[in-house]
Amino acid sequence: MTELSKTGAALGEPAPGNAPDAFLAVRDLKVHFPTDDGLVKSVDGLSFQVEKGKTLCIVGESGSGKSVTSLAIMGLHRLGAQGKHVQMSGEIWLDGKELVSADPDEVRRLRGREMAMIFQDPLSAMHPYYTIGNQIVEAHRVHNDVSKKVARKRAIEMLDRVGIPEPDKRVDGYPHEFSGGMRQRAMIAMALVNNPELLIADEPTTALDVTVQAQILDLIRDLQKEFGSAVVLITHDLGVVAEIADDVLVMYGGRCVERGSVDDVFERPQHPYTWGLLGSMPRIDRETSERLIPVKGQPPSLINVPSGCAFHPRCPYADIPKGDVTRTVRPELQQVGGGHFSACHLSPEDRTRIWTEEIAPKL
Amino acid sequence: MISYILRRTFAAVILLLVVTAVTFAIFFLLPRMAGQTADQLAQQYIGKSPTKADIAAVKQNLGLDEPLYAQYWHFIKGIVSGATYNLGPTTAHCDAPCFGYSFKNHVAVWPQLTSRLPVTVSLAAGAAVMWLVSGVVIGVISALKPRSFFDRTFMGVALAGVSLPMFFTGNLALLLFTYQWPIFGRTYVPFTENPAQWANTLFPAWCSLALLYSAIYARLTRSGMLETMNEDFIRTARAKGLRERNVVARHGLRAALTPIITVFGMDLGLLLGGAVITETVFSLPGIGQYAVQGITDNDLPPILGVTLLAAFFVVIANLLVDLLYAAADPRVRLS
Amino acid sequence: MSETKKTDADVTAAPDEREILLRVEGLQKHFPIRKGVLQRQVGAVKAVDGIDFEVRKGETLGVVGESGCGKSTMGRVITRLQEPTGGSIHFEGQDITRLNAAGMRPLRRDIQMIFQDPYGSLNPRHTIGGIVSAPFRLQGVEPEGGVKKEVQRLLELVGLSPEHYNRYPHEFSGGQRQRIGIARALALKPKLVVADEPVSALDVSIQAQVVNLMDDLQEELGLTYVIIAHDLSVVRHVSDRIAVMYLGKIVELADRTSLYEAPMHPYTKALMSAVPVPDPKRRGAKSERILLRGDVPSPISPPSGCRFHTRCWKATEICRTTEPQLVELRPGQRVACHHPENFADQAPQDTVLLSVAREAAELVAEEVLAESAATSAAVAAVAAGTAGDTDAEAAGEAADTATQPEAEVAADVEATAAKTGPGARTAPAAPLRTGEATTEAEADRQDPTDK
Repeated sequence: MTELSKTGAALGEPAPGNAPDAFLAVRDLKVHFPTDDGLVKSVDGLSFQVEKGKTLCIVGESGSGKSVTSLAIMGLHRLGAQGKHVQMSGEIWLDGKELVSADPDEVRRLRGREMAMIFQDPLSAMHPYYTIGNQIVEAHRVHNDVSKKVARKRAIEMLDRVGIPEPDKRVDGYPHEFSGGMRQRAMIAMALVNNPELLIADEPTTALDVTVQAQILDLIRDLQKEFGSAVVLITHDLGVVAEIADDVLVMYGGRCVERGSVDDVFERPQHPYTWGLLGSMPRIDRETSERLIPVKGQPPSLINVPSGCAFHPRCPYADIPKGDVTRTVRPELQQVGGGHFSACHLSPEDRTRIWTEEIAPKL
Repeated sequence: MISYILRRTFAAVILLLVVTAVTFAIFFLLPRMAGQTADQLAQQYIGKSPTKADIAAVKQNLGLDEPLYAQYWHFIKGIVSGATYNLGPTTAHCDAPCFGYSFKNHVAVWPQLTSRLPVTVSLAAGAAVMWLVSGVVIGVISALKPRSFFDRTFMGVALAGVSLPMFFTGNLALLLFTYQWPIFGRTYVPFTENPAQWANTLFPAWCSLALLYSAIYARLTRSGMLETMNEDFIRTARAKGLRERNVVARHGLRAALTPIITVFGMDLGLLLGGAVITETVFSLPGIGQYAVQGITDNDLPPILGVTLLAAFFVVIANLLVDLLYAAADPRVRLS
Repeated sequence: MSETKKTDADVTAAPDEREILLRVEGLQKHFPIRKGVLQRQVGAVKAVDGIDFEVRKGETLGVVGESGCGKSTMGRVITRLQEPTGGSIHFEGQDITRLNAAGMRPLRRDIQMIFQDPYGSLNPRHTIGGIVSAPFRLQGVEPEGGVKKEVQRLLELVGLSPEHYNRYPHEFSGGQRQRIGIARALALKPKLVVADEPVSALDVSIQAQVVNLMDDLQEELGLTYVIIAHDLSVVRHVSDRIAVMYLGKIVELADRTSLYEAPMHPYTKALMSAVPVPDPKRRGAKSERILLRGDVPSPISPPSGCRFHTRCWKATEICRTTEPQLVELRPGQRVACHHPENFADQAPQDTVLLSVAREAAELVAEEVLAESAATSAAVAAVAAGTAGDTDAEAAGEAADTATQPEAEVAADVEATAAKTGPGARTAPAAPLRTGEATTEAEADRQDPTDK
């Protein structure tokens, strides 16, 4: 308990139960799904906050819980057939409102109006039988009592804003008639049609080509500047993170292993998993090193998350801390610098030494 | 789009020609291959103890002595422009479309079919509405609450519905509601005469038929809905803040029902070609019953006629389904 | 055995002296489009539309491009999984373009393919042993020590445990499945392995494992790779030479260093600039980024002339009318461009920008334009110095025929580069040309049949 409150105090947040200052604040979020094979702990104690006008990137590999986090903020994981079995605890504060304990219909009214989401694959994320225009009109009219005509005008305006040529014609096109990049633009138009203050983007550019990815990231950045919204962007690509993030949260096995400003995380990463991600990436901006430095082994199962530090079976430095602390004690997030947190048993000195002497020179 | 319709229509016409050819082959070529002579074949078209003259007349009228392609030609010509049969003292005219002439009963087949068609249509349409509505509703509810009490109960009933044969449910319905507690009428009354009576008589038949089909449709809808509700676009619809019932109705059902159109069209087409068992059980004077009569009388032309009509309905239903599908799913229009 | 030795010897030899394993000339793959009541062919998707390249023994050729550029089709055609509609493929000197299934059978041992989707390419009902031993059964090969032993050796080779022999694909993670795919591809000791997006479906940390594995296996077994991928950083890491494809054509083919340090085709440059770099400090340097306008045009009716001219910020009239050939401008660097970057202009007389190009250039930072102008001019200046060289002639011609500023560039590269040179044609600093250019270019655009 004391440990928890200590970290809480270190995070500079008000005590649980009270509204935080931040626009979006997530506190000790847990999302568990019971399955036939056991309890899947998709998110297991996650805390972070995002201010308006800022971008937080959540980085992690498949099964790290990053997508479930985004769905949980939107309240989407509770819908559908398996939704009612979800076990969820913690707090999600959006603009002074707590969402985990809120009435589902109240959360629904916030969805699409105050918080909106864009998805990875815009082709499957749009209904194949309705025109792009109709889908945007629908999104607008759910929350605004306006005529179809007015909503349609708004849709065309949004399509124009996201850079779709001839919006008054394309508005009547179907998703399959759009190219991948144009579809994602339309998806963004749909998400932003009600001027949401929080935009969640789940791998928005993963399905796109690099040149299109550059266009879309540019667009998101411009729109954020224009609307001043908070953005939570979920990705596995550190290149995208470096491109767009203000803050970075690295997830592993349903938990946050490192969190900090983008400069902290890229310049002074404090967790071996972050090092692993950086070392795994071939980089176009550096001399080609002969070999990549991969993370050994496989990502953990969320049903049987390894004991102690979830990363210890894959961590090359797991034996440095004395005793078997890495195997038995789960490391808590600890402040390692202003606004920079890491959950690792290595001593700060060890971490700095390993990073500067062993990892950084090889990147 | 127009090219698509033209192409499909063209394909349907070709398919019908193939169907007539195959039907023709079954009725005229197969017996010959089995070793029947033209005389023996002709004999089948007339009643018991035919005279030599009768046989010769039939043989000549049907051209059974001529080569096969010529026989087929007569057959097609009959459908398109009618035929005249020389029956010794009298001649019988069989107007176009001539689907054959029953030498046993001395009537052309086509008028028989048209007079019986409204009965079959009444039966099929009424049952179709019932099974479609009940099947889809049950399927949707089951899909939204999978593994719930409702789901398990109705899927159990559905299984029973599929497994119980028509002659069981039909006779049971007759026994209970027409004889034991005579709520429903026994003889068919045309819709034009008395709609209330029409519905009253047909109701048990509709129910029996619908029980069978709605079970299948409930299962189809359920699996389609389960799949659809896991689609990404459903998640998008929810992310817009739509109410769940709108998500289901506007986004889920629209996508889940489209494949069901296909099955529905085919089933309806098949049923219009004669609900043989249902019509027999409920003594409805429809096309199916006509076919049964033809079989029991060993009268080939009615059977041939019904077969062709059934094929026609199936092919047309198929065409309509394709067009409907293209209308429902914009992605189909491209191809 | 002696063959392995030979390959080893080849690996150590200089790249150019290595034996050519695969030669592709004018390769075409068109997919017909049928329309109307009669389903007549009304056109074709020109997925691969005339490409030439060769693969030398022991090297890795990387093929990059965006979706729809035809790179995957190219992979399937050179392995003869699909029939080419034109051109020729020579494998070890033998023409395999028109070989039938029986003729290809022995070659199937030598040419193997690794697919993108480690989920879809393994039959879920077969055990790992069954999957990896399939090539032996199909080819009727009995390896030394028996199939099972060989399969287990292969599993170990790709970093799996021999005990996995009797397991099923669903018991493995994505990375492990890709290892199984690799084991299967290597079973018959192929000479050429064509890998289509071998790591793009995998997580970052697993990607690195597989990339390293492929590296090791190449060294160990003397393999030759053709690696098709959309991820430029991965391709750069694994490849010796790289081909950049755009709309069914190779626009640039060069060794890795040249391509990444001095790309000549504007498309290559744009493609590389778009790759996000995991370094937040570079974010401010937005000027390096070249944003391309719009989407890749349809491969059904690709643009005339240079296919990139509709999106290129350097496109002039010649780009619209004349298709540039893939020529070796610098040793080991082949480019198909009239106005290459980092090199002397190939069509210096053609200076009027198309109006689309002017729009495209608005998205390109002035620094980039200036820099490209400077480097091109510098190359031209150097070339001009070496008389007798054909490039020098071109550059000299440029100096003669081109307008005043171009000559200045040759004289004083550094000072005037920012305002002049080919790249700067669009910059506001050169207004004298734009007025004339607009009308000319537009007039031309209105009447495309003119030329």
